[in-house]
Amino acid sequence: MRKVAVIGVGLTKFGELWDVSFRQMIIEAGARAIEDAKIDGKLIDAMYVGNMSAGQFISQEHIASLIADHAGLIPMPCTRVEAACASGGLALRQAVITVASGIHDIVVAAGIEKMTDVMTEQTTEALATAADQEWEAFVGATFPGIYALMARRHMYEFGTTEEQLAKVAVKNHHNACFNPCAQYQMEITVEDVLNSAPVNTPLKLLDCSPITDGAACVILAPAEMAKKFTDTPVLITGTGQASDTISLHDRPTLTGLAATTNAAEIAYKMAGVGPRDIDLAEVHDCFTIAEIMAIEDLGFCKKGEGGKVTEQGETAIGGRIPINTSGGLKGKGHPVGATGIAQAAEIVLQLRGEAGKRQIYGAEIGLTHNVGGSGGTAVVHVFKRGD
Amino acid sequence: MAVPRFWREIPNRYNLIGTRCGKCNKVFFPPRYICPRCRRIGKLEPYKLNGRGKVVSYTITHVAPNGFEDQTPYALAIIELDEGPRLTAQVTDCDPNKVEIGSRVEVVFRRIGQEGEDGPIHYGYKFKLV
Amino acid sequence: MDVGIVGYGVYIPRYRIKVEEIARVWGADAERIKRGLFLEEKSVPGPDEDSATIAVEAARNAVKRAGINPQDIGAIYVGSESPPYAVKPTATIVAEAIEATPDLTAADYEFACKAGTAAIQTCMGMVGSGMIKYGLAIGTDTAQGAPGDPLEYTAAAGGGAVIVGKDGGQTLATIEDTYSYTTDTPDFWRREMRPYPKHGGRFTGKPAYFKHVLSAAHGLLRRLQLTPKEFTYAVFHQPNGKFPLQAGKELGFTKEQIMPGLLTPKIGNTYSGASMIGLATVLDQAKPGDKILVVSFGSGAGSDAFAITVNDSINAKRDAAPKTADYINNKTNIDYSTYAKFRQLLVR
Repeated sequence: MRKVAVIGVGLTKFGELWDVSFRQMIIEAGARAIEDAKIDGKLIDAMYVGNMSAGQFISQEHIASLIADHAGLIPMPCTRVEAACASGGLALRQAVITVASGIHDIVVAAGIEKMTDVMTEQTTEALATAADQEWEAFVGATFPGIYALMARRHMYEFGTTEEQLAKVAVKNHHNACFNPCAQYQMEITVEDVLNSAPVNTPLKLLDCSPITDGAACVILAPAEMAKKFTDTPVLITGTGQASDTISLHDRPTLTGLAATTNAAEIAYKMAGVGPRDIDLAEVHDCFTIAEIMAIEDLGFCKKGEGGKVTEQGETAIGGRIPINTSGGLKGKGHPVGATGIAQAAEIVLQLRGEAGKRQIYGAEIGLTHNVGGSGGTAVVHVFKRGD
Repeated sequence: MAVPRFWREIPNRYNLIGTRCGKCNKVFFPPRYICPRCRRIGKLEPYKLNGRGKVVSYTITHVAPNGFEDQTPYALAIIELDEGPRLTAQVTDCDPNKVEIGSRVEVVFRRIGQEGEDGPIHYGYKFKLV
Repeated sequence: MDVGIVGYGVYIPRYRIKVEEIARVWGADAERIKRGLFLEEKSVPGPDEDSATIAVEAARNAVKRAGINPQDIGAIYVGSESPPYAVKPTATIVAEAIEATPDLTAADYEFACKAGTAAIQTCMGMVGSGMIKYGLAIGTDTAQGAPGDPLEYTAAAGGGAVIVGKDGGQTLATIEDTYSYTTDTPDFWRREMRPYPKHGGRFTGKPAYFKHVLSAAHGLLRRLQLTPKEFTYAVFHQPNGKFPLQAGKELGFTKEQIMPGLLTPKIGNTYSGASMIGLATVLDQAKPGDKILVVSFGSGAGSDAFAITVNDSINAKRDAAPKTADYINNKTNIDYSTYAKFRQLLVR
């Protein structure tokens, strides 16, 4: 198995991109990544693209062909990967495995979602298809509802408070101010979060990640080839994936995601590191409670202490374990299929020392954590600064 | 929801009919067709649950999905049935603020939703506080 | 006839709206209305209830009380003037929800407020003739009251179910006989696609309700050679609290015989459920040997009269399911805006 490196990253701005179509977004992200890698497009051997719901958002399936076509890459093999909100992370994993196995050399992992071409009600309905249609969606459950059930139980079992949840959103908005690609560039306060409209108690509007358009792209190469393209290769030293029940009610616990813990265990083992070795992480904060559970499930703190740890600033830029320096899904935006790739892009930029005002100095090892649905899929990657 | 998909689950939804593994005796609701423990050697048969249980977690839904807007605010809960399985369902017939973790509940037959004004009406299970 | 009641059950939704609250909105005199109708408040179905869900709960209670295997039910008839579908029977939804399918016949009935008792008569014939072992008759409604119309004070929601079976040890009451009086009298109707019924005002009194109720009662008493004195209870269809007392008085029944089965003051007029629920509440308290007269009335018009004798096994069976009083007393009052939201008078 060969070592795998990232040689280029590219992202569009994340937000409500009225003027930009699905096709235009992927081309923009791809072009930036190719520019960053200083590579000739002809050298790309294969592509994996993560996308949850092009069929429901823009009535388009078969997007692998569409993208290969419009990116000018045919007849290169292109594969669409879907795992709800973990589509991007899963596309990255497929790309890593492909390069590591030796079947292809230069492989692109991309992610894209165009969510604003339909009305909000349809967007919410499309997202809800990641839940169990017969036994969750059918009875009136939505994603905010399902995560709210987890939040309520977490508060009951561990005393986590709504203020602690709010602090996750406040931190991520703050971080996003330093990220030019982020959807939101404004600070918010705990008061703002607590006073925002209730969606599913205890979660309010500002506890929830937004609806976003965006695309992101990373280019992978075998580590031995990476120096040909970049002075600052970043290695992907671990990849892990796990599945779990699709519905929340079928799991033994409501306060943590076994898929996260299982995926992380595999990735840590492969990378030969543990949680203590991680300098920063991009975790899946689709809702504030998700970040709190994620830092527990990834081993950055004890189960039940995620709220306290956040409150005490340990996950802020400058804290013990900075989480979501990009702004996370909350501040940066959550174009579903692109999120997993955007997380990888952030870690790569940080490990290269190119993260500007949100830079974590001396960062050597980073982690990304991408979840599908309410935890039916989780994908974890570990990155190391190449030298 | 397509008519055949709704129709297939009618006995399960109206009467809380799940499945039970003849080998390890584990009860499943919603019904499963393979026992995750016994897999190939498991033998699943229909099993009717008695409809009583307790609330494990709950949330009050203010922003509802399509078709549920006229019921907000409603309490959505994960309920653990006495026989073991957990399911997601609304708790109805009460002030939603009265629902607590640990509340005892009992199943009732209610209108879940409809497919627009022209479509079929979906009936199924909800729970009430006892 | 050799048939009787094997089980019975009711369901009444928990919400109530007071006369005062409706009167407040329309600027009417609440006290005058309460006196005139002899009514305090009416039941209101919740947003996830309809005449099918009510029918299912009432039927489940009846099956519980009967202690029978639902697979032995050979026929289900559901009577309503507010079915959830214009075309698609409620009876099959009930059949599935009480696990009586697939060996049975079923249909829905409409005859304004007497659709449920017409169903009882059909079941009597089918059981008596040996066609089926048990028949389930249900009257259920979530009545529509046009805003500002006098009927708004009384149009309520509820359902009653009766399981008919062959007499002998199992029946908790014997149905001695039934007699009906039917004519084409357009006192109250609703045209296709119209949301609310119309009525003939004062015409709904003497030529409609009273003519048919009194004629049916007379007809049955004459046939059975019985007088009012021999009955312990008399249950009349109850569109308001006054009509049953007036009809009873004209027939020679006392207030004491009528009041136990008169629930309209507390829950309003449950339409197809009314006579069935009135009968159920009497069965909840009657003693073996008591005779009950039930006379329903359906606009259009007709009355079904039944003479029922309570048997010994009532004591053992009555507590097997919630009693009518349990539903009447389990209540939450709502205001007019909540009522309007629940009844879909205001739609988002």
